[in-house]
Amino acid sequence: MHPVANQPDLTQGEIDDEIAERTAAEREAAAGGALPSHPRRDFRPYRSTTLRHPTHELVRADPEEIELVSPAFGHTDVAPEEADMTIQHSGEPQGERIIVTGRILDGDGRPVRNQLVEIWQANAAGRYVHKRDQHPAPLDPNFTGVGRIITGDDGSYRLTTIKPGPYPWKNHRNAWRPAHIHFSFFGSAFTQRLITQMYFPGDPLFGLDPIYQSIVDPAARDRLVAGYDHDVSEPEWALGYRWDVVLTGPKSTWMEPEDADHA
Amino acid sequence: MPEQSEHEYLQTPSQTVGPFFGYALPYAGGPDVRAPWQPDAVRLHGRVLDGAGEGVPDAFVEIWGADATGRPSTELGSFDRDQHGFAGFGRSAADRAGNYSFTTIKPGAMREGSAPYLLVAVFGRGILQHLFTRAYFGDEAEANASDPLLGRIDEGRRDTLIAVPDAERSYRFDIVLQGEGETVFLDYGTEI
Repeated sequence: MHPVANQPDLTQGEIDDEIAERTAAEREAAAGGALPSHPRRDFRPYRSTTLRHPTHELVRADPEEIELVSPAFGHTDVAPEEADMTIQHSGEPQGERIIVTGRILDGDGRPVRNQLVEIWQANAAGRYVHKRDQHPAPLDPNFTGVGRIITGDDGSYRLTTIKPGPYPWKNHRNAWRPAHIHFSFFGSAFTQRLITQMYFPGDPLFGLDPIYQSIVDPAARDRLVAGYDHDVSEPEWALGYRWDVVLTGPKSTWMEPEDADHA
Repeated sequence: MPEQSEHEYLQTPSQTVGPFFGYALPYAGGPDVRAPWQPDAVRLHGRVLDGAGEGVPDAFVEIWGADATGRPSTELGSFDRDQHGFAGFGRSAADRAGNYSFTTIKPGAMREGSAPYLLVAVFGRGILQHLFTRAYFGDEAEANASDPLLGRIDEGRRDTLIAVPDAERSYRFDIVLQGEGETVFLDYGTEI
């Protein structure tokens, strides 16, 4: 169905070489300066980007009012039980129960209050409840893998779930995604909109994964890895992880540079 | 670069939504920003296309628009709302052919001298960082002619930001990720 995405003949070694080459090129281009926090959109080792990245430069836009605020999600949108992904069915899901908590902040360190966080993930066996997920691992009748939370006044969120398993994904031969949880965020401005993935510390698949490696700055990449936090763990119940998120966007109205007409 | 605490709150990087968001992000009523039976409802629809001209089935589109007077809605309950309100935000998953569709209202212009538009965000497998664009309205030629953003776009590409009237109260807005007719995508200074 998607020939570009399915290249099982390509070996992990070839992908590793492409990642190394690309990372070196980005470092050289940055010439010792700051590397970008976000992935490049045309990260070739992740084959699905090939036909899905723009080839033109993005056009700088002055955000208007609609871009400087976010939809008014609120507590009426989300039931408190949606923060616990282990209680959505009659039985207990299989796997390792975990708690994930942290704060959502803007670039100035202000909490993102009363805003929507959406979560989705594979089950403990690495299988999504999705008809196109063909990984022959068991579905768990007691785990859907979907959660929603409205952040508190201090920007905090707290989630109970099952640690997801790694899974194969056909980007190349023997391609396996590190265990991860998908998160979707709205900030106080729509331009802060962010969808990302949270990873678990010490995963041996990090170096092999073109999606994780699409962020070429190692420090930025590390920011997607939750920390194990023993104070979050609950006795006889669940291990705890802490993961803080920073959403940044324009702080003020962008002024068109005077030489824009000549650019 | 400003000196104060520039490294204190470093931004969290973006990652692709992947292909398996379909059971998590779309929600009942997501594409109905305005109930279709309301007299002011308009349709905004189109296809998300990749660089080979194929529809992108594992994409979704969000719109965020002002009300008819040009003000962002502060109505609570964007998910769980009745058929009478207008919260301004919508989400539509592409179908197998890459089609998406919303019903909403035509917003008012937000500033003196600018044209009305809907803010559009595109997400999908293979899209490592979502893409922003704007859908202006093809039947607002006069306002579009004076809009500051449209005025800065190359004439050859300006039409990619215009939703074309294709039926009564209906506009077509295709989103081309790459190649011929590539949509103009916008950067708000978040590309760091």
